[in-house]
Amino acid sequence: MINLKSFMARQDVLALLILAALLFVVMPMSMDIFRLNLIGKYLTYAFVAIGLVLCWGKGGILSLGQGVFFGLGGYCMAMYLKLESSTPEATAIQSTPGIPDFMDWNQITELPWFWEPFNSLTFTLVAILVVPALFAFIIGAAMFKRRVGGVYFAIITQAIAAILTILIIGQQGYTGGVNGITDLRTLKGWDIRSDDAKYVLYFLNGALLLGVLVLCQFVLKSKLGRLLVALRDKEDRVRFSGYDVANFKIFVFCFAAVLSAIGGAMFTLQVGFMSPSFVGIVPSIEMVIFCAVGGRLSIFGAVYGTLLVNWAKTTFSETFPELWLFGLGALFIAVVLVFPNGLSGLYRSYLAPHVDRWIFRKPPEGGSSGADPLDTPAFEPEPAARPAE
Amino acid sequence: MFADYTWTELGSIFAMQGFAGLILFSVFVLMALGLAIIFGQMGVINMAHGEFMILGAYVTYLCSNFVEAFVPALFGVYFFFAMILAFFTAGALGALVEWSMIRHLYRRPLDTLLATWGLSLILQQAYRSIFGAREVGVTLPDWLLGSVPLTDIIEIPINGIFVMVLTLVIAVSVYFLMFRSRTGMQSRAVVQNRVMAGAVGINTEKVDRMTFALGCGIAGVAGSAFTMIGSTGPTAGQLYIVDTFLIVVFGGAASLLGTIASSFAISQAQSTMEFFLSGSMAKVLTLLTVVGILMLRPEGLFSAKIRR
Amino acid sequence: MNTVTNNTDFLLAIENLTVSFDGFKAVNDLNLYVDENEIHVIIGPNGAGKTTVLDLICGRTKATDGSIKFRNRELTEMREHEIVREGVGRKFQNPSIYEDLTVFENLELSFPRGRSVWGALSFQRDAEVTGRVREIAEMVFLDTLLDMQAALLSHGQKQWLEIGMLLIQDPELLMLDEPVAGMSVSERKQTAKLLNEITKGRSVMVVEHDMKFVEDIAHRVTVLHQGKILSEGSMAKVQSDPKVIDVYLGH
Repeated sequence: MINLKSFMARQDVLALLILAALLFVVMPMSMDIFRLNLIGKYLTYAFVAIGLVLCWGKGGILSLGQGVFFGLGGYCMAMYLKLESSTPEATAIQSTPGIPDFMDWNQITELPWFWEPFNSLTFTLVAILVVPALFAFIIGAAMFKRRVGGVYFAIITQAIAAILTILIIGQQGYTGGVNGITDLRTLKGWDIRSDDAKYVLYFLNGALLLGVLVLCQFVLKSKLGRLLVALRDKEDRVRFSGYDVANFKIFVFCFAAVLSAIGGAMFTLQVGFMSPSFVGIVPSIEMVIFCAVGGRLSIFGAVYGTLLVNWAKTTFSETFPELWLFGLGALFIAVVLVFPNGLSGLYRSYLAPHVDRWIFRKPPEGGSSGADPLDTPAFEPEPAARPAE
Repeated sequence: MFADYTWTELGSIFAMQGFAGLILFSVFVLMALGLAIIFGQMGVINMAHGEFMILGAYVTYLCSNFVEAFVPALFGVYFFFAMILAFFTAGALGALVEWSMIRHLYRRPLDTLLATWGLSLILQQAYRSIFGAREVGVTLPDWLLGSVPLTDIIEIPINGIFVMVLTLVIAVSVYFLMFRSRTGMQSRAVVQNRVMAGAVGINTEKVDRMTFALGCGIAGVAGSAFTMIGSTGPTAGQLYIVDTFLIVVFGGAASLLGTIASSFAISQAQSTMEFFLSGSMAKVLTLLTVVGILMLRPEGLFSAKIRR
Repeated sequence: MNTVTNNTDFLLAIENLTVSFDGFKAVNDLNLYVDENEIHVIIGPNGAGKTTVLDLICGRTKATDGSIKFRNRELTEMREHEIVREGVGRKFQNPSIYEDLTVFENLELSFPRGRSVWGALSFQRDAEVTGRVREIAEMVFLDTLLDMQAALLSHGQKQWLEIGMLLIQDPELLMLDEPVAGMSVSERKQTAKLLNEITKGRSVMVVEHDMKFVEDIAHRVTVLHQGKILSEGSMAKVQSDPKVIDVYLGH
């Protein structure tokens, strides 16, 4: 019962098609599998950035701990893969065969209880979605029900990211410590390190990303999407319109957490390991900048922002490693001071009118286009909603 | 975990760890005071605060090298000059940052957080380019070395005592500056009602800049003190930033007493637990407790009930 | 807390209401009743506790002591959104609207349906919603501006929009905090007309300073002073009360 036109404006359909063409045609045809795998890795961060668009861009809730959820998803996946590659035969040289190698190095002789269920792929796939959602729910419920928000929420999520990192590094025997869970080989006997597998995983990742984008588009175009914007603007008004504000914040925070976890799991599959360096404060805040560069209000922008920043990072840190941190630091400052709308803002003010004119043969819009540059109304008026003429 | 120790040993352990905790407490207080002024009084999140502290540490390092090489006669007292220089260097950089960046962002607190994070990355890389990636330490004058024996097990290092006295002096001066002086009153007035403060003739822009510079300057002094108990590296500041933010929030922003009390609680908890658990688990437990308490009492330990 | 009187005949019954902020009693042992279909205006000097009374009714501030009964249901123990769902609407002093959204969307979000997370996700903009939005928009003089971004409205139009956002919820008690502040003379007249129109079938509580406007609309006036009732009754009675003249109206 969804009216397709209200759900996706023409510009959004165009954006989705262009992204699909880029991911599924242009990139695979123009790159070798090494580069393509790298793009696939970047795209897993895009899941986090998209979640941040909903949470931070639309809802005004800045989480500096999205790495936590990325890591939870990634670690769930990695635990399953690690167990699969730690068969008694493959680990015969260990003093306790059949457990992951790092446990053996840390004098652990028995698989810890919380590792046990990760022998099952079904459980693992469910856990990738449920564990982060549950964790986000607990944090969200505790904070939002007590009206903790804004800066306080940012700091506390950051502290949680710090805590989890220290915990993972400290508990080497159970988590693989600072190196993380490495040396992952097969998924149900299928070698994920082969080029073929990397192609398949790249396309799976791309398809998931597009699926997530469509899902987010649905959320944003529903009343809930408009409520998020309303919440960011006048939280009290929303509350005094009969909404239980905390529930909406908890929902969007959990939703973003699940998206991040999907990204994390796909990261583990494509890159072949998971480590605390994707969980802590630094990666978490970098993921915010991916979202900010794309334009914090656009889910498509978030994908391009992620690709751009990571491409720049790889290029720069290969050639001028010292310059990269200067560049990244300057990027943080510039995106806040000079381009608060990021790439999508640039697109909207410079390219979108031409696109409308040339592709859709539509005269450039007047009226509300000169409004607040931080947000153009998400409202696509249906004929019925227009004032009587 | 206590079973392996006798009561006297336990007592000494708590005393020694308590003292180690006091040094940590001093660094926390000095870091957090600056942060609390900036965050509590101005509502601005300065993620580069740790880097301002490290700037103070590097200034102290340079001073120590300079004095050692050119005027060795003054080596015994160089530390006092270094602290003053650290205060003004960090304060001047703070004023520059406020002017170029922060003042455009007063209405967007979450954005200051990102922008100052960017600044912290730039500063870290700048330190690395200038001073190298390796940690540096300063040479302390003789009178700061050694320790005072208290009992046959417990010894108190002199540099620790010095840092604590320093902290006390700075905390008291900050209190007088913020709550007893005209400057402090103006600063608090701007926080309470910017428009009104401007209307009664307070130069709000100047007050903002001074407050921010003051907070950064105190961080610089903190860095000076920091050199006496640890070595200085480009990323040393970042290690403390989360802890100090939690301290400020935990103490109830805008409450100096709260900031000091929460610094004390957190540093003591961490240092005492460190002896029995591994360092990382002590930190995890401390942070978890703080986050847990903050979830139950989000307004922090000390905060006034205000009429909205 | 143990008031035994049963005030079923009043829409809203406030009894022994007290709230103190660090010992300062902003509202002190207040008793106040609102009838069905009544426009009840609260006036008083600054700091008399007028806005605090509205805050207490809608749950924004928690009472230290006393009771607020709406249709004989205790409001002091409810959370804000529950009070709204009981049928109490509140307009803030400064226009509180969603500036990034259009007038239509502002009204639509206030339409009382789909207020849960899942409800909001599955909410459909059907004929009932659009019809109601247009009806209300016409009432608050905004029917030609439905597609305009709310940030671009004039101050008076923003005030009307917020009143419209309350009307679409169809509350039984509507509380307005200085609805004509910052309005032009003609806008004031229009607003007075609007209030007289919307009071059919509901009660309205208004906090206002503009005495001319109060005279135009009030059925009953309560004068607050230092958290207590100074005088109560018709406008004429209140205006001639020497205590009121002394502390508020002036000689």
